[in-house]
Amino acid sequence: MSFNATRPNLLAAPGVAWLMAFMVVPCLLVLSYAFFQRGTWGGIDYTFTLENFARVADPLYARIFLNSARIALTTTLIAILIAYPAAYAIARAPRMRQPILLFFAVLPFWSNYLIRTYAWIVLLNREGLINNLLRAMGYTGEPLSLLYTESAVIIGLVYNYLPFVILAIYSTLSRLNPELMEASRDLGAGPIRTFFRVTLPLTLPGVAAGGVFVFVLSIGNFVTPALLGGGRFQMVGNLVYDQFLTANDWPFGAALGMALIATMIVLLLVQARATSHASGERRGEAA
Amino acid sequence: MSGQATIDAMTAAPPAVGAAVPGAFRRKLPGRIVLLVVFGFLYLPIAVLVLLSFNDSGLPTSWSGFSTRWYVALAGNGDILRAAWNTLVVAVFATLISTVLGTLLALGMETRRRKSNGLEALAFAPMVIPDIVLAVALLSLFSRLNLTMGLHTIVVSHVVFDLAFVCSVVRARLKNFDYSIVEASRDLGASGWTTFWRITFPVLLPAIVAGALLAFTLSVDEFIIAFFTAGAGRSSITLPMQIYSMIRFGITPEVNALATIVMGVSATALMISQWLNKEQVR
Repeated sequence: MSFNATRPNLLAAPGVAWLMAFMVVPCLLVLSYAFFQRGTWGGIDYTFTLENFARVADPLYARIFLNSARIALTTTLIAILIAYPAAYAIARAPRMRQPILLFFAVLPFWSNYLIRTYAWIVLLNREGLINNLLRAMGYTGEPLSLLYTESAVIIGLVYNYLPFVILAIYSTLSRLNPELMEASRDLGAGPIRTFFRVTLPLTLPGVAAGGVFVFVLSIGNFVTPALLGGGRFQMVGNLVYDQFLTANDWPFGAALGMALIATMIVLLLVQARATSHASGERRGEAA
Repeated sequence: MSGQATIDAMTAAPPAVGAAVPGAFRRKLPGRIVLLVVFGFLYLPIAVLVLLSFNDSGLPTSWSGFSTRWYVALAGNGDILRAAWNTLVVAVFATLISTVLGTLLALGMETRRRKSNGLEALAFAPMVIPDIVLAVALLSLFSRLNLTMGLHTIVVSHVVFDLAFVCSVVRARLKNFDYSIVEASRDLGASGWTTFWRITFPVLLPAIVAGALLAFTLSVDEFIIAFFTAGAGRSSITLPMQIYSMIRFGITPEVNALATIVMGVSATALMISQWLNKEQVR
């Protein structure tokens, strides 16, 4: 395109300005709040302090952080275990059918998060479908309380983020050179060995990308714990929510939010390193 | 970054044909069972919800006949109608602004001589930043500026992530763009302005519309950021906020009907978006 050197910058300017004004500046503002004290009436008292960060590490809150991390990790692992076979099956389906399968795997992800979570309230509550099915099958005991448990929260999170993991794994599987697997088979490795020694290691970047995404979104989630956990399971997201909307302690909420962002950045960096390491290895093998 | 690649894959046009099949696919059955189970897991909860919305009793315990009375009840619920109207207003304005800004950003990023890492990170961040963090950041900004919050602040906030997704969709199209037709147009004497409107824009149009539809869907469905930036009072409640306050206290048949409509609208917009994206590849 016969664009001169300044034209691209001019074209990008409005979008960049918007993102600076309404993403970068607000995030920096919140970051700065984390270094101030809470005002007597809930506002911000502009006196420098590191107390908010110390409170994040306080055993009470550290426990919530660790607990959220545990729930997020469980969610991530389950999502990967379900998504991998699904992505593998899609990648092995007839070529013409792959785009449509992929589309329908991802479609729920774009639709309303609240409604997808609500669907599980319908399924899991005491008068819900699962308890009714059990009764129909001859179960006569007390209805199971499936809702408002940690498992319900994990099911909801897995359900909501599964499509993304399927897509992430599929996108690495689809770029895989089939000759590598054939070579492994020709050299006498069985299908299982080929999978664990060739296919799986080569698709780990996709697994990592999907995993990091699910972990970050789960740990910062407040809707699913509130709806499926019945508010009994505090996660970091709920904690941030409370500080801003009920406890009115914005500086502490800001510090918690920054801890969340820091976790995300660290994980993304680790994942980027792992990915470039893996692709470096692949290049090395090819040479 | 692999995360970026996945986001690209989500927003990009689907491949005309799928990936190379690794090796011969001899045993089809296990793959089919896996797909059946996973798609069942993904779609059964939604199907149950849709079915329930037509259940006369409205209860999940028993089927008491087909009825559309819960839809009729919705039409008479003033709160829901107002929330639906607010949602539409927010989504339309956020879509218009983000489509223009996102398309320009995509053109700017793809016509640069050298890729800028800062720019890449800036355009990628809105898609991965946890909603709750962006929500409290925007709330802090608006209250620091002493702005009265309402539908306009939700629009401003939604444009942040909408424009990133539009940009991603349009960039995917620009990557396959044949720049020689632009050169041909210029060689034949057309001005830069004419070339853009007669050549570049028509070629990009399907991707721009696909991006706009995606932005519209995201905006209609977005809850957390809207919740934080709507301000006090009931006048600027959007549909997801209304749904949230209804489902916090359990199941009501009206929510089932509302959920069915919202899902139907989203799915339709996404299918059109995907279809447009697919058409242009051929």
